[in-house]
Amino acid sequence: MARTFSPKVVTGNALIEGDVVYQTADDGWTRDLAHAEVLSDEAQANLRLLMAEGQPEVIVGAYLADVTPGTDGPVPTHFREGFRRTGPSNYFHGKQAEIG
Amino acid sequence: MYTYNEFDAGFVAKRNSQFRQQVERRISGALSEDEFKPLRLMNGLYLQLHAYMLRVAIPYGTLDSAKMRQLALLADKWDKGYGHFTTRQNIQYNWPKLSDVPDMLDALAEVDMHAIQTSGNTIRNVTADHFAGAGADEVADPRPVAELIRQWSSDHPEFQFMPRKFKIAVTGSVNDRAVIMAHDIGLQIVDRDGEIGYRVVIGGGLGRTPMIGKVINDFVAQGDLLPYLEAVVSVWNLLGRRDNKYKARIKITVHEHGIDDIRARVDERFKAIRPSFTGVDVALFEDIKAAFAPPAFRDASTAVYETAYKSDPIFRSWSDTNLAQHRAPGYAIVQISLKAHGETPGDASSEQMRAMADLAETYGHNELRISHEQNVILPHVHKSDLPALHAELKKHRLATANIGLISDIIACPGMDYCALATARSIPVAQQIATRFDALKLEHEVGDLKIKISGCINACGHHHVGHIGILGLDRAGVENYQITLGGDHTLDARLGDRTGPGFAYDEIIPAVERIVYAYLDLRTDPEEQFLATYARVGMTPFKAALYDKAQAYAAE
Repeated sequence: MARTFSPKVVTGNALIEGDVVYQTADDGWTRDLAHAEVLSDEAQANLRLLMAEGQPEVIVGAYLADVTPGTDGPVPTHFREGFRRTGPSNYFHGKQAEIG
Repeated sequence: MYTYNEFDAGFVAKRNSQFRQQVERRISGALSEDEFKPLRLMNGLYLQLHAYMLRVAIPYGTLDSAKMRQLALLADKWDKGYGHFTTRQNIQYNWPKLSDVPDMLDALAEVDMHAIQTSGNTIRNVTADHFAGAGADEVADPRPVAELIRQWSSDHPEFQFMPRKFKIAVTGSVNDRAVIMAHDIGLQIVDRDGEIGYRVVIGGGLGRTPMIGKVINDFVAQGDLLPYLEAVVSVWNLLGRRDNKYKARIKITVHEHGIDDIRARVDERFKAIRPSFTGVDVALFEDIKAAFAPPAFRDASTAVYETAYKSDPIFRSWSDTNLAQHRAPGYAIVQISLKAHGETPGDASSEQMRAMADLAETYGHNELRISHEQNVILPHVHKSDLPALHAELKKHRLATANIGLISDIIACPGMDYCALATARSIPVAQQIATRFDALKLEHEVGDLKIKISGCINACGHHHVGHIGILGLDRAGVENYQITLGGDHTLDARLGDRTGPGFAYDEIIPAVERIVYAYLDLRTDPEEQFLATYARVGMTPFKAALYDKAQAYAAE
């Protein structure tokens, strides 16, 4: 039986600001995971990652991160991605302060 | 303090101009990230979880007020109003934009500072005892030799592409406050029959394979020091494992070849290169030493201090904990804690930085130091000024009386910032400090060093903490391993693992059980944690940690 492919988003850091960005379905980038394109097909995910890697003037270090679908868009499955989505826990800085 | 000569200033200005162009080329797309990354790392610029991070060197931890104010300006103008002081006497800015970094570097150059060689496989910022020039127990001030090494190692053509990074620390005292036993090279200034020289230790390091350094030479004379250091780094540069980054540090080279083999190779190399050092380095060293001449200490009454000490219990508590003995009569070394309970260890706001700069100017001969324990030191304060200084510190939340106590925790940035981290460190440190403050126990517990790292790279020195905490990712959940009995001094010792790790919400109660076990086990309040551990060993602590946990679980 073929192994199941867990849903993913393409993510990286913005070149100038360095903050976390996610690829959207319309080939753009969002700072809000809720608006990211969720990829549930492995071949498609790899294609979308290639697309991201072809934009070195926009982002740095693109990779595929695991998510699970939630009512308000995708949710990270690993705590590291959880911190990337919100910001540090010692100050109200980063995304938690910037995205309402 | 050393001030840049034309050569230093020219070198930094040229490098800044080159980096400005490199950033422009990266932004325009002319450089790929793969091409740009080694260039930004050579200039201290990392990309972390939420943003870029700029790591600025504070050579041998020494600052004056102008430098401290400029660090505050960078925090306000290009960051979020604070900076994080690290265990290697650097300051890190967590939120700069790539396009702003060239301006930040130019602003640093205005006060003789830079971020060169704070990353990459080079010789990093040379660190030193934070009581340098002030400690009563000092053989000689380690800063002049640290500055000599800084100049020698900066842009050294042979040492720009080494197998891995290379860290050097210097202590001028037998009470090692620079962790020299856990550095690639540790230098201890020694006095042999009136001649000052250096005991050289190599191959120490923490990280994934922790090792205590080994003595390669008991006495290297001043004139031989730079060629000797060059011989050590040169031997390792050729011999070090470039095939495997986890085996590339000199500690592995020394471990694999043995200290005697390395010593023989270094001696041979030293013989070959010694003649090329013509004595310019020794003349330069004399010039540098003059730049670090002690300030003119004043002879004045300390009656004001003694009165305040008797009448003000808060001042007395702070004096007992945060002052250290100065070599000049009537003076004290003031340690300013950046560990207010519940705050992030090592962080200072721009407002606090400016306050400390002002206080150094008013009361401290314009000198400040950053300690590897992530605190700030005013090395020269006359005791008669201490009550006024303490009153000012209180206004800026800088008067926490906890130096050396359980809440004076070393913690790396961990997964709140660092891309390499496997778990968080900062909130664990914050909660331990808050918890023991609430219990009002820390003064009773006494000298106890907790050190926390958020991954095996051990930036938080957990292996040499009396209680060490290592945060790991166990199957997608934060998990914390505990070690006991580590020691960072010249009697360096790696801590012993207690056993299975603890979940994020179990780690604070676990530390509490260790501390209560210690209070039960110690013979009297004079027996410090390390001594108790040495006497009773792991067994009773293990019982306190795990038997009780099982008992609670069974309830």
